[in-house]
Amino acid sequence: MSLLKATEISKSFAGVEALKSVSFDLRAGEVHALIGENGAGKSTLIRILAGAIARDSGALEMDGRVIEYNDPLTAKSHGIAAIYQQPALFPDLTVAENIALGLEQGGLWRRVDWRARRKNAVELLARIGAQVNPDARAGDLPLPAQQMVEIARALGARAKVLILDEPTPSLTNREVANLFRIIRGLRDHGVAMVYISHRLEELAEIADRVTVLRDGALIGTHPMSEMNRETLIRMMVGRELSAVFPKRAVPIGEVRLEARNLSSREAGIRNVSLSVRAGEIVGLAGLVGSGRTQFAELLFGLMPADAGQILLNGSEVRIDSPRQAIDLGIGHVPEDRRQHGLIMSMPVAANTTLADLKSISRRGFLDFEAENKTAARFVQLLGVKTASIEASVDTLSGGNQQKVAVGRWLATKPSVLILDEPTQGVDVGAKSEIHALLCDLAEQGLAILMISSELPEILGMSDRIAVMHAGSIAGILDRSEATQEKILAMALGSAA
Amino acid sequence: MRREYSLLIALGCLLLFLALASPGFFSAANLRDLALSNIPVLVAAIGMTIVILLGQIDVSIGSQFAACTVAAGLLAKAGLPMPILLLAIAAAGMALGAFNGALVAWLGIPSIVVTLATMVILRDTLRWITGGEWVQNLPGNFQWMGLGQAAGQALIAIVAGALFLLCTWAMRHVAAGRAVYATGSNAESARLAGIQPRRIVFGAFACMGAFTGIAALLNSIRFTDLQSNSGVGLELKTIAAVVVGGVAINGGRGTMAGALLGVALLGTIGPALTFLGISAFWEKAIQGAIILAAVAIDRIKGKK
Repeated sequence: MSLLKATEISKSFAGVEALKSVSFDLRAGEVHALIGENGAGKSTLIRILAGAIARDSGALEMDGRVIEYNDPLTAKSHGIAAIYQQPALFPDLTVAENIALGLEQGGLWRRVDWRARRKNAVELLARIGAQVNPDARAGDLPLPAQQMVEIARALGARAKVLILDEPTPSLTNREVANLFRIIRGLRDHGVAMVYISHRLEELAEIADRVTVLRDGALIGTHPMSEMNRETLIRMMVGRELSAVFPKRAVPIGEVRLEARNLSSREAGIRNVSLSVRAGEIVGLAGLVGSGRTQFAELLFGLMPADAGQILLNGSEVRIDSPRQAIDLGIGHVPEDRRQHGLIMSMPVAANTTLADLKSISRRGFLDFEAENKTAARFVQLLGVKTASIEASVDTLSGGNQQKVAVGRWLATKPSVLILDEPTQGVDVGAKSEIHALLCDLAEQGLAILMISSELPEILGMSDRIAVMHAGSIAGILDRSEATQEKILAMALGSAA
Repeated sequence: MRREYSLLIALGCLLLFLALASPGFFSAANLRDLALSNIPVLVAAIGMTIVILLGQIDVSIGSQFAACTVAAGLLAKAGLPMPILLLAIAAAGMALGAFNGALVAWLGIPSIVVTLATMVILRDTLRWITGGEWVQNLPGNFQWMGLGQAAGQALIAIVAGALFLLCTWAMRHVAAGRAVYATGSNAESARLAGIQPRRIVFGAFACMGAFTGIAALLNSIRFTDLQSNSGVGLELKTIAAVVVGGVAINGGRGTMAGALLGVALLGTIGPALTFLGISAFWEKAIQGAIILAAVAIDRIKGKK
């Protein structure tokens, strides 16, 4: 008998289908694991269950009652609570106040019963066996203790369904064991739990059933006892390699950029060695949070390296700021083009030349003719669809914005180009145009390091593939030997 | 419609109304007084425009202005020749601004807090040093730069006008101007494009100080004695004019021309009321209403 039942849920964001008619059910007293690659639709599904976003179509039923319209308050009244990766506590309030805020009834002008509030918090924390001081400031607590507080709060709200979004990556083994003890305790009391994790080993230990999503579609729901690591990985990948990639063999030249045993505590990078040659496209794969972006930021001087070397064309260089990286001939197209890649309120032309104002300056003054010429050249080269080079970039579509972001770096005439998720949120047409462009650039001798969460893109575009896991390189595969299964097994870590 | 045009229309309407209701407003002497008394605000507004374009603010300029005024008087009495005096005062202002800028840019303290503190510190230090006394017995060549009143007035206007034109041009034609707009729109994005936002912010506060120093000097040469507590409220007048001029308080958008029109509009209101026979007490209320209207229009436009 299912407690929570979602039937044929669909959801699109800006025309991109994030969930395609996914059905999911949850029984009282079970731990139901939800797994899938980056972008498989796990987060979208749990956010719909928790009422954080609205579904486009499909039905939701809790305890036999249909939930027509779901928002956080409705979900709460049905006993559905979610605990996200980043705890959502009020950092400046005490633990007791945080627990009370979610639970106490009444208006803004009611009197606060501090003693009852504290007593309630102590009771709830004791029920899950958590050693947390109710008078501590929530923001001062370590992450695992914050999770405990959230679980206690959910418990206090008489949650029947508890959604746990990747609770374990930043926990130590002992903290994980403690969390599992609490989860088992809740299960014995009939609480149903959705458990998202990339640690497949954990699932055998804690989960009763497992549901696999891929590309927003349901692949299957099975009892955990019937599954093993290999079958799960096979279910998670197996994306169709339908798209045709314009990749062609070009002569590979000298090593342009090389990292040797690069480590950074701040970036969470340990002992990474990787090289990129002229004409080569190196794909950097890994789960979100595996350190791909941080590694790129180290190379671009956005974070300090504690140990190791960066070599450019064979000689060691120090890179402490983006300015230095640019002057050394490194370009970096960041992941979030709206926040980091572009200045949205500025025109196409100014965005194109921003990283290299020197080349359009004459005797220290900006030469607008040169700027317009440069901008027009890249608009044409990259096929940017814009009303004019004076139009501000926020009037452009995502794909065209991305082309401008790439164009900015080509204008600096780099010898190494780092791209972080270059085709994320870009329509299919623009995507293949960007792929073709990257291949042309490689042919012209550019060394390219491409971070991507999309395995087909990684496989289709890369000469070599480096897979990261937990801040280190888990393995480097040649184009000829790489498969989706191998990459994912490496990205998930431990033995494959 | 761009803010500059709506301000021009508003200013035009006000002047037209004055021409009909009180033609005496347009007497040469009155217009000259009006211009002269607003020139310090205009010069300070040049610096303030840059600071606000970066999403920062400087409320210490009134105190900087007082310090520079006293310094100008003392240096003049010490016999410093005028050209060197001008450089010295600009440098003194720049040093005061650079102190603010260093705290904001490298220690990351919010500019409102930093400049609030330096505003109080400067003002009270000055009171303590001078004991509230005026700087008197200035050398004869200090007033009007020894040029005589008419020529001196012309020189003040020319210097202010030249500074304004130079900065308007520079904001568009010098790479640093582009960097100011980029940093003000999105500092992180600008940093990723190789701009060094901290240097830009530091430089902006230093420039602000230099402009305040120049404003103080241009103002002080009009008088025979210098007050040690001048410039009270200059920061508010300047910020108000810049905001009314359409420079977004969060940074990234706005022009020097807008700031000029803001200075002109807010500066005209007070004398206009006098000429129209309305109590001068209404001046601040009307200025406040204009500021609120300007910001509200920004907000409503931004929502669309």
